[in-house]
Amino acid sequence: MNKPAEQSLAALRQGTTLSVNGTAVRLVCAPSKRLAHALREDLGLTGTKIGCDAGDCGACTVLVDGRQVCSCIMPVAQAEGREVTTVEGLPQSGCLNRLQQAFLKHGAAQCGICTPGMLMAATDLLARNANPDEAAVRDALGGVLCRCTGYRKIIEAVLAVATADNTVDSPSAGAAVGSRMARLDGPAKLTGAEKFGADVAPAGALFLRIIRSPHARARFTLGSLDDFRRRYPAVEGIISAADVPENSFAVFPTPKDQPVLADGHVRFRGEAVLGLIGEESALRAIAEADVPILWQPLPALETPEQALAATGDWLHDFAPENVLCRGRVVKGDVQPALAASSFTAEGEFRTSHVEHAYIEPEAGYAELFEEDGRTRIRVFACTQTPYMDREEVARVLKLPLDAVHVVPSAIGGGFGGKLDVSVQPLLAVAVWKMRRPVRMVYTRPESMISTTKRHPARIRVRLGCDSGGRLTAVDFAGDFNTGAYASWGSTVANRVPVHASGPYAVPNVRAVTRAVYTHNAIAGAFRGFGVPQACIATEALMDDLALQCGIDRLEFRLRNALRAGHETATGQTLAASVGMTQCLEALKPAWKEALACVAARNGASAGTSRRYGAGVACMWYGIGNTVIANPSTMTIGLRKNGRFMLYNGAQEIGQGTYTIMPQIAADALGVPVALIDQIHGDTDQTEDGGKSSASRQTFVSGNAVKFAAEDLNGKLCELAGAPADARIELHGTTLIARAAGAEKRLDLARCQTDARGDIALGRGTFNPPTVPLDANGQGVPYATYGFAAQIAEVEVDVDLGTVKVLHVHAAHDIGRAVNPTQVEGQIHGGVAQGLGLALMEEYISGRTDNLHDYLIPTIGDIPPITTHLVEDPEPLAPYGAKGVGEPALIATAPAIFGAIRQATGVRVDFAPCTPDRLRALLKRGTP
Amino acid sequence: MSATRYLRPTHLEEALAALGTHPWTVLAGGTDFYPGRVGKPVDVDVLDVTRIADLRGIQVAGGAVRIGATTTWSELITARLPNVCAGLKAAAREVGGVQIQNAGTVAGNLCNASPAADGVPALLALGAEVELHSGSGARRVNLGEFVLGSRRTARRPDELVVAVHLTPWPEGAKGVFLKLGHRRYLVISVVMVAACVALDAAGRIARCAVAVGACSAVAQRLSGLEARVVGMRPDEAIAGITNADLTCLTPIDDVRGSAAYRRDAALTLVRQAIEQAATP
Ligand SMILES: Cc1cc2nc3c(=O)[nH]c(=O)nc-3n(C[C@H](O)[C@H](O)[C@H](O)COP(=O)(O)OP(=O)(O)OC[C@H]3O[C@@H](n4cnc5c(N)ncnc54)[C@H](O)[C@@H]3O)c2cc1C
Ligand code: FES
Ligand code: FES
Repeated sequence: MNKPAEQSLAALRQGTTLSVNGTAVRLVCAPSKRLAHALREDLGLTGTKIGCDAGDCGACTVLVDGRQVCSCIMPVAQAEGREVTTVEGLPQSGCLNRLQQAFLKHGAAQCGICTPGMLMAATDLLARNANPDEAAVRDALGGVLCRCTGYRKIIEAVLAVATADNTVDSPSAGAAVGSRMARLDGPAKLTGAEKFGADVAPAGALFLRIIRSPHARARFTLGSLDDFRRRYPAVEGIISAADVPENSFAVFPTPKDQPVLADGHVRFRGEAVLGLIGEESALRAIAEADVPILWQPLPALETPEQALAATGDWLHDFAPENVLCRGRVVKGDVQPALAASSFTAEGEFRTSHVEHAYIEPEAGYAELFEEDGRTRIRVFACTQTPYMDREEVARVLKLPLDAVHVVPSAIGGGFGGKLDVSVQPLLAVAVWKMRRPVRMVYTRPESMISTTKRHPARIRVRLGCDSGGRLTAVDFAGDFNTGAYASWGSTVANRVPVHASGPYAVPNVRAVTRAVYTHNAIAGAFRGFGVPQACIATEALMDDLALQCGIDRLEFRLRNALRAGHETATGQTLAASVGMTQCLEALKPAWKEALACVAARNGASAGTSRRYGAGVACMWYGIGNTVIANPSTMTIGLRKNGRFMLYNGAQEIGQGTYTIMPQIAADALGVPVALIDQIHGDTDQTEDGGKSSASRQTFVSGNAVKFAAEDLNGKLCELAGAPADARIELHGTTLIARAAGAEKRLDLARCQTDARGDIALGRGTFNPPTVPLDANGQGVPYATYGFAAQIAEVEVDVDLGTVKVLHVHAAHDIGRAVNPTQVEGQIHGGVAQGLGLALMEEYISGRTDNLHDYLIPTIGDIPPITTHLVEDPEPLAPYGAKGVGEPALIATAPAIFGAIRQATGVRVDFAPCTPDRLRALLKRGTP
Repeated sequence: MSATRYLRPTHLEEALAALGTHPWTVLAGGTDFYPGRVGKPVDVDVLDVTRIADLRGIQVAGGAVRIGATTTWSELITARLPNVCAGLKAAAREVGGVQIQNAGTVAGNLCNASPAADGVPALLALGAEVELHSGSGARRVNLGEFVLGSRRTARRPDELVVAVHLTPWPEGAKGVFLKLGHRRYLVISVVMVAACVALDAAGRIARCAVAVGACSAVAQRLSGLEARVVGMRPDEAIAGITNADLTCLTPIDDVRGSAAYRRDAALTLVRQAIEQAATP
C-alpha cells in the first residue's frame, strides 16, 4: 500500500504552504526539515536563532497561530496552512513596536542572541494577558534561556509595556556619560537584523564538518581517505594535520601547544581530528563510525592529582610534572603570623568545570579575495578578540599579518569562551585548501565538548585574625585543572595569587597556584579568571573567623576592608578609587533588614523543613591584564557630512562597548552622541582595541577613545584656525570652534579628506601603567581595581537539600557608571552566572554536553536583584570609570554559600551545591 | 543519503494501513524526536500523526476521561477535568517550558518511555489505560503494563496509541504532582511523585494511589503503601510512611543525583504529596 507515500512525495514536490509574517509562502524542502532551518535557509529570515536545535534554549521561538513553539523541533510539514510569526514580523510600519521599545529602554537585550525568542514568547503572553504580573511573565518566558542579562531587565521590560512610557531620548551634547541612553546596537538586535556568526555566508560557500575525538587520550592513524571519498562523493575535500602549514596555536607566545587538527595523538575528548568539506546536509548524514580513523585509546590522566603524580607521563614534553604555570605572591611571614593569631580558620574547597553556555554556538565563514594584486583571506566569525584571531590565522597559514582580514560577527555571548579561537583556524585551513568560501556552525554538543571551560579548582586556605578581628595572615594554595592545552591557564595561575587575600588588608600573605595539565576539556578564560573560585574559599573562611570572633559578618569585613593608602599583598599602595568600605556601608541597611527577615522567617517556619539565611561576600578585581601590556588604540574622524566616524576596535560582546565608546567620545568632543557613526571591530578599519576581557574595555579603550577625541578636537580647531583647546560645535556641515570670545567657522563641504573620507583623524592610545611582579609577586599588577560586596538571602529545604535564592543585593564600586542601565545589566548577568556556579552548573564531558543536562539558571531561578552603584572615581580612568564585567559575578556564589550556612549551620566547600550534595552534607553535618 | 518519506494522514485507517506495511517512525509533537537527532538529518520515514482527527481532543463523561493521543500539555492544562486530575495538570505545567507544552503530546511522552517522563507517574496514579489500534484491531493496556522499561513499551510496530483513558474516582478526590529538579523551568525531574487521595465522610483515606518517577527504569506505583493506608487518618498514614514503603524503587546514581539522595527525597515527597492530596 504505497499510495500515501506517493502522495507525500507529490506533497514534497508541491512544497508546504504557510503564511510567514502575513505573507503566503511555499517552502519546497523536505517536510521533516526543522522549521527554524527552513525559515533561516529557505526564507532568509535569520532573525530566528538556533542555540541548540533541541528545544532546550528557546532562541528559535516563533509563534505558530499565535502560540510560542520552538521552531527547531517542529517539522515544516506541521506549519502547513498555519500562520507563522518571527521577530521580523514584529515592527509596526517600520518602527519598533511597544514591546521592542520597552526592551530597548530597559536594556533587556545584551548580546541579543536570545532576544528574538524572548520577544516572541512575550508577544504570545501579552496577546493573552495585556497586563501580566511577574509570575505570569516568568511562566511565559520560562522556556527561553538568556546567559547575559540575568533576566531582570527582561521582566522589567515586559511589565513596562502595559505600565510605562518607553520612549528613549538620545542625550544632548555633554550629557552622554552617566546617561541611561539606549544601546546603539539595540534596534538591530530587537528586529533580527543583527548578523551573528551563523547568519551570513558568501553564496555557494562549502560547509566544514569537523570529526572529533571520542577519546580523552588516544593515538590514531588515518585509513584511506581516497576510499572514503569514493564511498562518499559528497565529500569535496578533507583537511587533516597534513594540510595545516603551521599546526600549533595558543593565546600566548609560549607554549604554542594546541594543534589545529590533531596529528596522530589526541589529548581531550572533542579534539579536532579531521575536517570534511562539502554540502552541509550530505556531510551531516555521514556516520562518525564510517570515517576512517583507527583509534588506539590510552589511559587518561583525568584529575590534577593523577597528572601531578604521573611520574614521567607528561602531556607535553615542555611541561615536566604536567604543570603549565605556577603563580606566587609572598609578603611577610605567614607561618609565625598564623601561629600567633587569636583565631584561625582553614578548609579545602573544590569547584567544577563550568561551561560558558553562551546561547550562540561558534560559527563563521572564511573566503579568499584579491586585493592590490595579492590574495588575502577574510574570516568572519564570533569573537571577543578580532586582533588575536588575525594573529592566529596568519600564524597557522604562515601568512603575513596583513594578508588576514578579520571581520567580527555580532557575538551571541562570550564570557571568556570566545577569547580563544574556535572555528577561525579550521575555516582558514579549509578555505586555503579549497580556494572556495567555507562556512561552519558548531552544533551545541560540539561547542560544549570542544571549547574552553572555567578551571576546576582545589583550594586549601588558612586564615588568621587577632583578637580584635583584624586579619593577620592568609596561606593559600590552589591547583587549577587546565585541561589538555594552555589556553589562558597561566593567566588564571597568575591572577589568583594577587587576589587570594581578598579586598582586605592582610600583612602576611602566601599564595601559590599551579595550572595543571590533564586530559580534560581545555580550561581557559571565564569571567573572573579563577578569582571566583578563590573567593568561594576565602569568603567562607571570613565567615568562620567572624563567627569565632563573635563579630557580625559584614562588620568583620568592613573592619578589614582595603582603603585608600593601604598596601596590597603585592606591595602596591592603593592611591585612590578604593570603594570597598563604601560598598559595605551601602549594604548595611539591606543587611540589617535581611538578618531581621531571616529571624522572622525562621521563627514562622519552625517545625517545617524550611530554613532561611543571609550571607555577605566581598571581592576585588584588577582591571586589565595582570602586568602584561594591554594597550588599546582608537581613532575617530570627522566627515564632510558633519558626522563623526569612530573606528571602534573594542569588540562588542553584549557588554556594551558599541554604546559606551561613543558616549565617551561624544562627551570628550562636546557633541551629541547622535552625531557619531561607527565601524566596529573590523581589523582593516579599526586599530587594535585589545581583547574584550579582564573587564578592561571601559577603562583602557575608554581612555583611548577619550584621548582620540581630544586629539581630533585639537586637529579640527587647528583646521578652523582656532586655538587647540577651543570647543567645537557642529551645525549641519559647518564646524564652529569657540574659544574665549573668538569663534572660527569651518565649512566641512570644502575640506579635503583622506581616502576613507575623514577630514581629520584623532588617535588615542592607552596602556594601563603596571610594574612587573618579582619572584615573590611584589609589584604593581594592575593600575586600578573594582570592588564589590553582595548579600544573598536564601531559603533552604533541609529535607530535600534544595536552595532558593530569594534576593540579592549588589554594591559595586565601578568608579563611574558611564551608562547605569548597562552597569546594572552586567551586575544582573554576573549574579545569574554566580548563582549557576553556586547551585547547578557542572560540566562533565560526555554526560552534560548539551543544554538539557547542563543546567544554567532560567528566568524562574533569578531573584530580585537590588543594585547599589558606588562611584569612587579612578583618576586614571575616563571620567573615573572602571570595569564591572567580571566583578559582577565573583561575590555571588560565596554570598549564597554564606546564606546557606546561616540557614543550616553547614559550611559548603564545593560548587555546585546541588540538592543531593547539600542533603548529604546536612546529614553529615559540618566537620 | 536517499530521500526519506513523510506521511501526514488525516484518517486513522490510513495511518494504520501504512504502519501495517512499512516501518514508519511515528512523529507527534517532535519534542523527543528531534532532540535525539541534533546535527543529523532525519534518516527515517516519518508518519506524522498530528492531523488525525481521531487522535485529538479530550472527552469527559461522568468521571471518565478520554485524552486523545495528540493532546498537547497546553490543551490538558486548559481542559475542564475532574479535581482528581489536578496532579496531571500540575505535571503538564512542569513539562519543559510553554513552547514544549504547546507541541509535546501525552502519547509522545508515554511512548518515548523516559524514566523521567513526568506524564507517566501522573497518569499511573490515575490508573490510566492506553488504547492502541492496529490494522488488526484495538486493545487497551494498563499504563503500568504499557511502559516496560527505559525507552521500551508494549506497543507493537504496527500499532498507534490512539488515546489514554482515565476511570472515575470518587467525587472530591484530589490529585497532586510534586517535581524535584535543579532549576525552575525546563528541567528533567530528579524525583517526581504523583498522588491521588479520596477521603471518606469521616476524613479517613478511602482510596489512595501514589506513583514515583525517576527512581526506577519505569515509574512505580507504591501498591503496598496504597493498600496499607486505606482506613487511616491522613496524619497517621503519613507518620507511618517509611523507606520500607519504597522498596520497589531502584534508583541509580547519575549527574542529576545519587541513588541514596533519590530514595531520601522520594520519601519526603511521598509524604508531602499524600498530605497535600488529603488536604481538601
Ligand atoms: C526542552 C525540553 C524539555 C522537556 N521537558 C520535559 C519534562 O519536563 N518532562 C517530561 O516528561 N518530558 C519533557 N520533555 C520531553 C517531551 O517534551 C515529552 O516527552 C513530550 O510529551 C513528547 O511528546 P511529543 O509529541 O513531542 O513526542 P514525539 O517526539 O513526537 O514522539 C516521542 C516518541 O513517541 C512516539 N509516539 C508519539 N506519538 C505516538 C502515538 N500516538 N502512537 C505511537 N507512538 C507515538 C514517537 O514515535 C517517538 O518515539 C522535554 C523535551 C524538551 C525538548
Ligand atoms: S534552538 Fe530551538 S530551542 Fe534551542
Ligand atoms: S542577551 Fe540573552 S543571551 Fe545574550
